[in-house]
Amino acid sequence: MSGFRLPDGGRIDRSRPIAFSFDGRVYSGFAGDTLASALLASGVMIFGRSFKYHRPRGVLGAAVEEPNALVTAGQGGRAEPNTRATDLFISEGLSVTSQNRWPSLAVDLGAAIGLAAPFLPAGFYYKTFFGGPRLWLAYEHLIRRAAGLGPAPSEPDPDHYEHRAAFCDVLVIGSGPAGLAAADAASAAGKRVMLVEQDILPGGSLLRDAATVSGMPGTDWAATVCTRILSRGGRVLTRTTATGYHDHDLLTLIERLVEPGAAPSAIAQRLWRVRAGQVILAVGTIERPMLFTGNDRPGVMLSSAVRTYIERFAVVPGRRVIVAGCTDDMTLTAESLARAGAEIAGLIDTRKGDALLAAQGAPVTAVTAMIAGRKQQIRCDLVAMSGGFTPSVHLHSQAGGDLAWHDGCGAFIPSTSRQSQLTIGAASAAETLADVLAQGWCAGGGNAGDAPVTNAPASSWHGTAAQPDVTPRKAFVDFQNDVTASDLDLAWREGYRSVEHMKRYTTLGMATDQGKTSNIPGLMRLSANEARAPAEVGLTTFRPPYVPVTLGVLAGEDGGHHMAPRRRMVLHAEHERHAPLWQPLGYWHRPRAYPRAGETLHASAHREARAVRTTMGLTDVSTLAKFDISGPDAAEFLEIVCATTVAKLGIGRGRYTFMLREDGMVMDDGTVWRLGETHFLLTSSTGGSDRMDAHLSYARSILAPKLRVAVVNVQEHWAALALAGPQARSTIEAMTGAAAPRHMGASAVTIEGGAGWLLAASYSGERAFELYLPGDRMVAAWRAIETATLAAGGALYGLEALELLRIEKGHIVVGAEASGRTTPQDLGLRKMLRGRGFIGGSALARPALQSVDREALVGLEADSAIPEGAMLLSERGGTPIGHVSSAGERIIGSGGIALALLQGGMLRMGEQLLVSSPTRGIEVPVRVVTPVFYDAAGDRYRD
Amino acid sequence: MLLINCPLCGPRAQAEFNFERPVETIIGVDVPTAELVERLYTRTNARGPSAELWRHARGCRAWLRIERHTVTHVIASVAVWEPQS
Repeated sequence: MSGFRLPDGGRIDRSRPIAFSFDGRVYSGFAGDTLASALLASGVMIFGRSFKYHRPRGVLGAAVEEPNALVTAGQGGRAEPNTRATDLFISEGLSVTSQNRWPSLAVDLGAAIGLAAPFLPAGFYYKTFFGGPRLWLAYEHLIRRAAGLGPAPSEPDPDHYEHRAAFCDVLVIGSGPAGLAAADAASAAGKRVMLVEQDILPGGSLLRDAATVSGMPGTDWAATVCTRILSRGGRVLTRTTATGYHDHDLLTLIERLVEPGAAPSAIAQRLWRVRAGQVILAVGTIERPMLFTGNDRPGVMLSSAVRTYIERFAVVPGRRVIVAGCTDDMTLTAESLARAGAEIAGLIDTRKGDALLAAQGAPVTAVTAMIAGRKQQIRCDLVAMSGGFTPSVHLHSQAGGDLAWHDGCGAFIPSTSRQSQLTIGAASAAETLADVLAQGWCAGGGNAGDAPVTNAPASSWHGTAAQPDVTPRKAFVDFQNDVTASDLDLAWREGYRSVEHMKRYTTLGMATDQGKTSNIPGLMRLSANEARAPAEVGLTTFRPPYVPVTLGVLAGEDGGHHMAPRRRMVLHAEHERHAPLWQPLGYWHRPRAYPRAGETLHASAHREARAVRTTMGLTDVSTLAKFDISGPDAAEFLEIVCATTVAKLGIGRGRYTFMLREDGMVMDDGTVWRLGETHFLLTSSTGGSDRMDAHLSYARSILAPKLRVAVVNVQEHWAALALAGPQARSTIEAMTGAAAPRHMGASAVTIEGGAGWLLAASYSGERAFELYLPGDRMVAAWRAIETATLAAGGALYGLEALELLRIEKGHIVVGAEASGRTTPQDLGLRKMLRGRGFIGGSALARPALQSVDREALVGLEADSAIPEGAMLLSERGGTPIGHVSSAGERIIGSGGIALALLQGGMLRMGEQLLVSSPTRGIEVPVRVVTPVFYDAAGDRYRD
Repeated sequence: MLLINCPLCGPRAQAEFNFERPVETIIGVDVPTAELVERLYTRTNARGPSAELWRHARGCRAWLRIERHTVTHVIASVAVWEPQS
């Protein structure tokens, strides 16, 4: 219980106390507090347990860089795990729980693992996997339980999110002195300006280090500048983090409208996509920890973070403090502590040769240090450390910019840019406030003479802590992933000498903080081991997002049933009257079956299919892709796309056809009809409609631009139904009063006042007619045909019955048999191929496609049902030689039938094979037969 | 996401466009099989300037020829596709 709140000061609103709970216990803070500042003020020092070793951890930083104090904010579907306590502003009633501890934060049994730390060395997973499966099985149970972060919520997220696009001339990231000056100058020059700040308040370092700017207190100046930008029509987004810098100056921003875990009044978070003319990165620096034994102990904090708690939140995190560091910044912290009434127990200045060797206790109770050449132990309850400051180069790097090593910072800074980005302020290594203000003002287009002035004394923050001569034990580099200096040394000894290899082997920098505090210290370690300059060793790649992003905000508005618009067919209401089971198909929902009361899907599908075989059935095929192709060269064009003959079709005749990709694989199939000398209708599969549209356009515009042909997508112009069965012809003829066309014939038709086409094509294996009418004329025709069908004892049939019918007839379907890996030869369509002149024709001559061992279409027969998708074996335990692509049952009679793709195809005719589905625990003996199980000669529909 | 200056619509986000293929992989029907294999499968993945066929699929639907640098993504030109002889 060492932290306390000062009686006055800080940028908190003492008139608005806020009650919240942490692990069930109620605490209070003030509006403007983060969870970390409120808990520190209440004396809480331990916030969580570490990822691997379950070491107790407190707060290291004061903003987004925090690797230790990760909590779950909120409850139920609103719970947000792995939220940084330093980046979570408290709200009334907020419920927060600690993570990765069992049974409680104070008593954690997993910490026993910490005692056995050598048990999980660098590369543990690699070594275990290479050690063989047994070793892994032995450890897996323990590891899965021990290592982890907060659990993902299991309930649906109740909140709403949105995406928004914006444009601006100048986008300024960061509202510290540099960013404010730049945004102010740019907006004064008439530019459209967006200023983005991840904190709830503008000001950046001015919130921590008081200074006078333009004759007023720094924070007042910050507020004034923001008001000015707004009044000039600019935009200021606070609590908004730039998470990604993408191509062509597109940035993604995440705006939090409420804090994690809190209930929003409307939108919880907003994702901005901003395309900017110029991007000014004024993103500041992140302080680095120092390397010593126990540097992860609760009570060991970054020096600038300690100052932030005192100056901004009026919270003093400790009463007896060790200040250790390597820059002038430690003086500022010591002064701040002294002003706040804390006792400075010792100053450890590494520039004078002092060294911090170890911290003891949890929370910290003492340190061992070398001061002025004397090794001593000093009691304390807080350590403020500074290993130097790392300029934030994330966004600059994401934008493809190069980095250069800066000796003063002991880190990389941005050098050349690839896009329109410019880095200013501390992120560019600028030191004094006066310099930063002038630099920002000029970056925004202002004259140097007009830059805002300050009275702040010059102070240097450059510097870097020396590497210890002997590797300290349990000195953490990556706090979040529990990677120690000895882990990095071990990895190096084992040969992981590239920075990329070291990262993957040790998991350095791979946690949710992405190494914000650990990248440079890790690099320094590797550099020391390699005896090479850090600039030569290099950095790992920075990738978006800069901070963890919720899946909800990425999904935006497009969640649940808003994910894709549900398209309804024109006959939707007609089907709805029969309460069908719906099935998504392409963009649409189509009836899967029309079960009667108490009827199962299986029984319904069989009843519907039987009706087609014995009387007739009516189904809606409106979703089929349809293309109207006309012009003097229409036939020539179709022969480029279709692998079958088209030009020889007589007027009023149609045929089955299929189209190939350039690599010779079947892409889609359908029918092509010659409605007039120069007028064709092409149909293809529902699911492939967009692909076919693009394919036809490519063929038309790129491959055959000179042909005189017009291709029109008429998919949603024509609604279509199919009437199939022995009574289909008489029903249609009674309806139209004219002779129906013979098989594969087409005739113009007028039915119930709608004019369209009647096409005699059979997919089911029975005599069948497809009726195409304009969408707005179809309902009346459907009702009349439905009435006639049901009166004759027929049925409506859905997709499930359609499957049974086409499998029995041996018709392939795109996606199952035409899987994208099968050629016309594989599918038994060779006889229909033209010789040349079509897309994919040349590829069919590739030698590998001639092999008789290729998987090819066969039929399978069994006494019982055959599991779809299962593999085909010659014998139990053998190597798979194919798979079941579609499975059904005989509609009349009994027994399982299936279409399959089998190595060697019909050469295996008559063989006995085994269909095996280990995941379902099913094995079925099958016979290989021709892939037609019903009316092979086509007598049922031919004339 | 790239910003593509459609000659017909003006600057639009890449999300409105489909990348179709590098221009050298536009292959007419009936090219000899060996040539097809070479141009489709064993071609070089360009590092540097690349002439490409795109389509403004969720815009004006025009086919476009875009000269793009595959490393920097700098777009040197966007033009409505001119049929080749």
